[in-house]
Amino acid sequence: MMGSAASWSFGEQESRRIDVLLQAFLGESQARCALLVDRTGQLIMTAGQAPEFDSTAFASLAAADFSANDQLASMIGESEFSSLFHQGEKESMFLADVARRVIFVALFDNRATLGMVRLKARGVVRELTEIFRELFERPSKSAQSLLEASFAAEAEDEIDRLFGDL
Amino acid sequence: MSMINYASREINCKIVYYGPGLGGKTTNLEYVYEKVAPQTRGKLISLATETERTLFFDFLPVDLGTIRGFKTRFHLYTVPGQVYYNASRKLILKGVDGVVFVADSQVERLDANIEAMHNLYDNLAEYGMDIRQLPFVIQYNKRDLPNVCTVQELDEQLNPDSVPNHEAVGSRGIGVFDTLKAVSKLVIKSLS
Repeated sequence: MMGSAASWSFGEQESRRIDVLLQAFLGESQARCALLVDRTGQLIMTAGQAPEFDSTAFASLAAADFSANDQLASMIGESEFSSLFHQGEKESMFLADVARRVIFVALFDNRATLGMVRLKARGVVRELTEIFRELFERPSKSAQSLLEASFAAEAEDEIDRLFGDL
Repeated sequence: MSMINYASREINCKIVYYGPGLGGKTTNLEYVYEKVAPQTRGKLISLATETERTLFFDFLPVDLGTIRGFKTRFHLYTVPGQVYYNASRKLILKGVDGVVFVADSQVERLDANIEAMHNLYDNLAEYGMDIRQLPFVIQYNKRDLPNVCTVQELDEQLNPDSVPNHEAVGSRGIGVFDTLKAVSKLVIKSLS
């Protein structure tokens, strides 16, 4: 029997709870947008000004960036770089680890300062870490119990339709 | 590891194309990019060297549409094949839901295929994963070249568990979608 890798789910309740935190962070720090990205490269949610870029590609690159820096950290004898900062002429980004599984990303322009973003991020990351730890510690359900049985059949039909004659 | 996002009603599945250097992993993704309808795919991201060798990964998201209320998407990744890029290769396997091993059928590349396959086992093991527990297909690529092993020879060396194999000529698109269809169906099955 082929086992599915254990899945985790992210629900509306968590999403609402986190959105409140992220909105407060954006208000206090003057950052434009906050994103949460799973370490495997999937976008979990965004708050604030909707990104104008391709957020799917952004999430995969942010995860890769963070993972590569993790490896660099271990090479110089650090267990991790818990946060990263990339400075642009107009736009900058600050990334921080959340519970070793999620990356918090703040995008900000010249209206905000790195010091304020970093200071306010520290608080929000602490709270996010608690929420995600709780979420990951929940008994893991298999995706089987999370999706309707007809999901696979319908998805397979769609795969045939999409890739069938190519 | 699939994440089911009830808040945004999304499921994303990560499929990784693995295999020896110059075996045709990037070519597979480029062909998929060219052929699927533009509205169903995102941007093809390639982190490559100046000589177009994959340095970190290629990435292509393909939308399957909304299934039972969930926007379902495959994230296709390649890894760099060259031996010395193992650190990057391992990072890309994080959270993988399905693997395509793209083997180079040429006789002189058999050892490189075997080495890459062992490297795949080792890297998965470091994440506590076992290829036998994952949706997995093998593509025997470059079947149009003159000096190729038979499929039986390749199976003997690379496919002890008899997972589905597909013959391909990636440069002409032959077998590319058969492979993708096979792995994506296995991934979907593993979810349900």
